[in-house]
Amino acid sequence: MASLNIIVTVKQVPDTAEVRIDPKTNSLMREGIPSILNPEDANAVEAALRLRDEHGGTITAITMGPPQAEAVLEEVLCLGVDRAVLLSDRAFAGSDTLLTAFTLSRAILKLKKFDLILCGRQAIDGDTAQVGPQIAGFLDIPQVTYAEEIVFSEGAFRIQRGLESTRELVEARPPVLVSVNAAGPVPRYGSLYAVEGACSGENLKRWSTKELSLSPSMLGLGASPTAVKKIFEPNRSVKGEVLQGSEKEMAAQLIARLREMSCL
Amino acid sequence: MINLLTEKCIACSLCVKACLFDGIRLDGKIPVLTDHCTGCGACVEVCKVGAIVSEGSPAPPPDLGFYRDIWVIVEQQEQGVHPVSFELLGKARELAAVRNCDVAAVLVGSAVGDCTAALIHGGADVVYLADASFLYPYRTCPHERTISGLLEEHKPEIVLIGATCMGRDLAPRLANRFKTGLTADCTGLMIDEQDGCLLQTRPAFGGNIMATIVTAHHRPQMATVRPGVMQAVHSDDRTGKVVKVEAKPDSVDDLVRVLQTVAKPGSGVQLEKAPVIVSGGRGLQGPDNFKMLYELAELLDGQVGASRAVVDMGWIEHAHQVGQTGKTVKPRLYIACGISGAIQHLAGMQQADVIVAINRDPYAPILKIAHVSLIGDAHKIVPELIAQLKAKQ
Amino acid sequence: MDFSFTRAQELARDIARSFAQTELAPYAQEWDEQARFPAEAIAKLGPLGFMGMCIPKEYGGSNLDGVSYVLVIEELASVCASTAIIVSVHNSVGAYPIYLLGTEEQKKIYLPDLAMGKKLGAFALTEPNVGSDPASIETSAQADGDHFILNGTKTFITSAGTSDTVIVMASTDRNKRARGISAFIVEKGFPGITVGTHESKLGIRASDTCELIFDNCRVPRENLLGPEGSGLRAALNALGFGRVGVAAQAIGVARCAMDAAVAYSRERNQFGKPISSFQAIQWMIADMATEIEAARFLTLRAAKLKDDGQPFAAQGSMAKLFASETAMRAATKAVQIHGGYGCMKDYVVERCFRDAKVIEIYEGTSEIQRMIIAGNILKK
Repeated sequence: MASLNIIVTVKQVPDTAEVRIDPKTNSLMREGIPSILNPEDANAVEAALRLRDEHGGTITAITMGPPQAEAVLEEVLCLGVDRAVLLSDRAFAGSDTLLTAFTLSRAILKLKKFDLILCGRQAIDGDTAQVGPQIAGFLDIPQVTYAEEIVFSEGAFRIQRGLESTRELVEARPPVLVSVNAAGPVPRYGSLYAVEGACSGENLKRWSTKELSLSPSMLGLGASPTAVKKIFEPNRSVKGEVLQGSEKEMAAQLIARLREMSCL
Repeated sequence: MINLLTEKCIACSLCVKACLFDGIRLDGKIPVLTDHCTGCGACVEVCKVGAIVSEGSPAPPPDLGFYRDIWVIVEQQEQGVHPVSFELLGKARELAAVRNCDVAAVLVGSAVGDCTAALIHGGADVVYLADASFLYPYRTCPHERTISGLLEEHKPEIVLIGATCMGRDLAPRLANRFKTGLTADCTGLMIDEQDGCLLQTRPAFGGNIMATIVTAHHRPQMATVRPGVMQAVHSDDRTGKVVKVEAKPDSVDDLVRVLQTVAKPGSGVQLEKAPVIVSGGRGLQGPDNFKMLYELAELLDGQVGASRAVVDMGWIEHAHQVGQTGKTVKPRLYIACGISGAIQHLAGMQQADVIVAINRDPYAPILKIAHVSLIGDAHKIVPELIAQLKAKQ
Repeated sequence: MDFSFTRAQELARDIARSFAQTELAPYAQEWDEQARFPAEAIAKLGPLGFMGMCIPKEYGGSNLDGVSYVLVIEELASVCASTAIIVSVHNSVGAYPIYLLGTEEQKKIYLPDLAMGKKLGAFALTEPNVGSDPASIETSAQADGDHFILNGTKTFITSAGTSDTVIVMASTDRNKRARGISAFIVEKGFPGITVGTHESKLGIRASDTCELIFDNCRVPRENLLGPEGSGLRAALNALGFGRVGVAAQAIGVARCAMDAAVAYSRERNQFGKPISSFQAIQWMIADMATEIEAARFLTLRAAKLKDDGQPFAAQGSMAKLFASETAMRAATKAVQIHGGYGCMKDYVVERCFRDAKVIEIYEGTSEIQRMIIAGNILKK
């Protein structure tokens, strides 16, 4: 029976479903937003768990972030991941996707053997979907993106990809990087059995530039090829109309409006 | 300038691991600098035995003047070329006018020779054509290798790719090859008057923040753009040339094989194509209340959508989810019932032509972007709409 | 004094919240209306460690501390009070007493299945004639060779019908009164045990509450739990811990009612404004929030005392007393805030109101709790 060494990259992100627009200032209210495990990373973790449950092996989760990012590692340890690594260092701050992928790829090299790297397609704060493929680039391994289902048989991964209007069945030999969609396997619940172990720290490592043998000056904001020149909020307000009256009246008015706007 | 004191080297390879650019490698036990060394000095800092030194002045910034022209990577579809490629050529022509340079299209695929004319009419001065059976269906490695070779040889200043499944698979890999900057899902591209760099504007945080990104010191400047954002141009008068490129397969290509491609079932949810979407959220209070949305959608010839919250709660399948981790839709009419309008969701639908919001909460964020708002109970209003629409039929 | 939770406690709470949102919330109303035992949800809880929270890993439990336990029960209850009590009873008085008092043999036989949720546990003390005065129980256990013969009726037993094992209190010596009561681990398969009427209740309707009738029920001697005559003390200790879980359940119900009322008050307009802008409503919300906060800390304190190995009987009673009465007050206010809609089954506060009333009564009435608290103070 094959035994798979799987690495999953995960990210702690603000829960954009909870971010609201301040009605007075019309700008984003970003304080006090709960942090969550990036939703598509949860799908990636589930894909890893199913493969390990079927074939045996080890799953290591890695995340790059500030110290509080440890929370998502504990969360995935409760889901059943075997080991976790936090990459945290001030020098990483301001990294764009290229530098993030570089740092993660160096951590992966330090972990030595792997058959499969799984990641979520994209993070809900950055929305770039770049880090996964760029990790594959640094490691010089093939990649398969938009995966919805992965199985392993006869020494190769069989991956169902969900594209715009087609579904593709792809075979990939390890080692390979696969990014998983939200239509991927439905994540399981954490287990209370795993809580004690997840928080004990025995399966969690913390690495900084020192353990990765990287020079701080060549990382982060300074080294990133892309830089943010400006941030602004889009012109959001629409001159909308609020209908009045009973439900019946409002319904009638709406139908009339939609007819006027040629929507019906 | 990096200098190697090879007699001190203990071949620990820390320098190799520290290098972002593959600028140093170990030939057996001897360290060797490669062409990619940028003189950044990362290796100097990690070497524990002092075998690497930085001498003289720091490496001068690369001469970006070498890089010219605006390139578009074209995407082959089952039937011809993806429309986004023409949209990008249209934009490329606009940028080329400012930069006073040419536009090239790169078409890598199989049996695509007869698409080159359309690409030239669409704005390309040159079409680089790599046509071979192993290049379709798309796989990352052969495409990346072929295109990288061209980019290395011709050094374009700007490379544009459609933000489709293929483009988002390929672009980061290309950007990685050149250790250059890539900006995803740009909604705006223009040239900075002062330094001639490409100003790339894109949404972040689900579209509720816009960021303008610049790749100041690296080339090519790469950007992906979603279909439907830019404008294609067409002129039958335009002429250009086709340059045939030889693409050679490599054994690594076959580590990935496409076994089968099937069209997604038609009866499935095709939200992206629906002219009308009636969507439901937590305010509907239960999965049963989606029945009336299906009824209303059917009367309006539309489809049913949903917010992430109700999909997570299992009220409706993920295929109906509209939003950041669901689908992005641009229907003629979007009716949001019991959806508060978290930016997660707005990201997926704020581009609809007409947005109607039905919600009990007069402060629900969605009302800010709705063209028509009905403040009330969807459980009462939707049945009224259904009844009145039926009566008129 | 550190009021923050450990990461482990937060994780346990988050896991429970996530499960409750997806597996309980969509069905809670239906289960209540049909008085249907949530079998599918209970079955899923076992493998996730929810049914062995107070049992160490060596016996198949998830070994959570008391604070985590209380947080988990609150999360379940905030969505479905019935599921919460089924889990709470199973954990605190169905399985835990076997861990505390059982022989190694008994622990090995019964705990793993209970802790992993393969079997459901219950606890039977109350009888038709015996509620607040447990020393007077009439169910008898007659020694007969290597068995005891149990005769009598137990009433209002949570999970009576659905459980696999029940810890039953019976009198082995009527003359010794309180000191003549013993505890037994009774398997539903033993001859002579029948499940009686399934009560149709005001609230907590998805939990099955029935009579258990013992008619010459033969229980092996090895199933005597703890020494003969120690049963009442064992029962009261077990109930002491169970009480803390019920307090947590009450807080969950109160929180559900308050959250619903707050949301409603923002949406409901009268006299041209949302009713949340009226002082009368604001004061009701303030009172609810204050009492819930106080109840939560009382409960956490009782749980923490237990974790620290300290006596917690009085605090547990205070928690149950205050939390259950808070839930009833909060639910009443919440229904009031909803106006007419608060009386409609479509609105969750209607169920909170009915559930809260039952919580105020069972697992030791408020009157009993007051007795315990006063007794604790006055004895010093």
